[in-house]
Amino acid sequence: MTPQQVIFLIIAAVTLISAMFVVTDRNLFHAALAMMASFFGVAGMYVMLEAGFLAAAQLLVYIGAISILIIFAIMMTRRLMQSIESPFNSQSVGGLVAAIVSFVGLLALIIIGWPDANFQGAAEVSSNVLEGSVQQLGIALVSPDAYVVPFEVASVLLLAALVGSIFIAWPEKKES
Amino acid sequence: MLSDWQFIGIFVAMAAIFPGVPLIASRFIGPRKPNPIKQATYECGIETVGDTWIQFKVQYYIFALVFVIFDIEAVFLFPIAAAFDQLALFAVFEVVLFVVILAVGLGYAWRKGALEWF
Repeated sequence: MTPQQVIFLIIAAVTLISAMFVVTDRNLFHAALAMMASFFGVAGMYVMLEAGFLAAAQLLVYIGAISILIIFAIMMTRRLMQSIESPFNSQSVGGLVAAIVSFVGLLALIIIGWPDANFQGAAEVSSNVLEGSVQQLGIALVSPDAYVVPFEVASVLLLAALVGSIFIAWPEKKES
Repeated sequence: MLSDWQFIGIFVAMAAIFPGVPLIASRFIGPRKPNPIKQATYECGIETVGDTWIQFKVQYYIFALVFVIFDIEAVFLFPIAAAFDQLALFAVFEVVLFVVILAVGLGYAWRKGALEWF
């Protein structure tokens, strides 16, 4: 077993076990923390795939922003759900069927593709392709024949999201 | 290329092991003799003061919302900053336009009082 495979197994185990805790833990706050751990595992996966910038973006945005918002949402509504509810609901049979079908489908794909699989794929990308990849992304984001229009549209979208979220979340004026 | 990350990998492993080992070891090695006084909740080393459930301050939530928006802006700015010395002048203007549009949003948040902590 190469060291890369061992590290991949460790990262995958972290991701999957935390994801399982997210779904089955009765304490909602522990589930949110386990979700942060699984995002950390996904960032590790991105590193294994030689996408370092994507791993950093995942850490910044998912763990740093989205998980914090989820934790705030839990804290704000926790008083409404004082009772710790069971993680299972009335649709667990349908969910079980869907899970088994997707598992069998993915397993079939893996078994069919196994003889032709090339497991050294990630290592074959030559290093001079990856060398300036962050710089190439930066240039592509602002060059007129690449992605500059979606880039500016993204800034307008972020502005709309900022104004809208402050407007919605702003507490109403109390007469005091 | 992947070997550049080995130090970060060692760092993450140490960050997981360092606090984990004392916690797990003390659970197995330490004696457990609970009594009601030991199990009582405390606040800064003394007895608790006031209610446990307090009114959630909405300023925390608004701060987190503003942080999300500017976090995503920072994620966009990182690759542009990495490529800054290869950009044409036109591209620099586009980056400035991006920042100005979001600075307008910052001005709105500022005037609305979203950045205050009362």
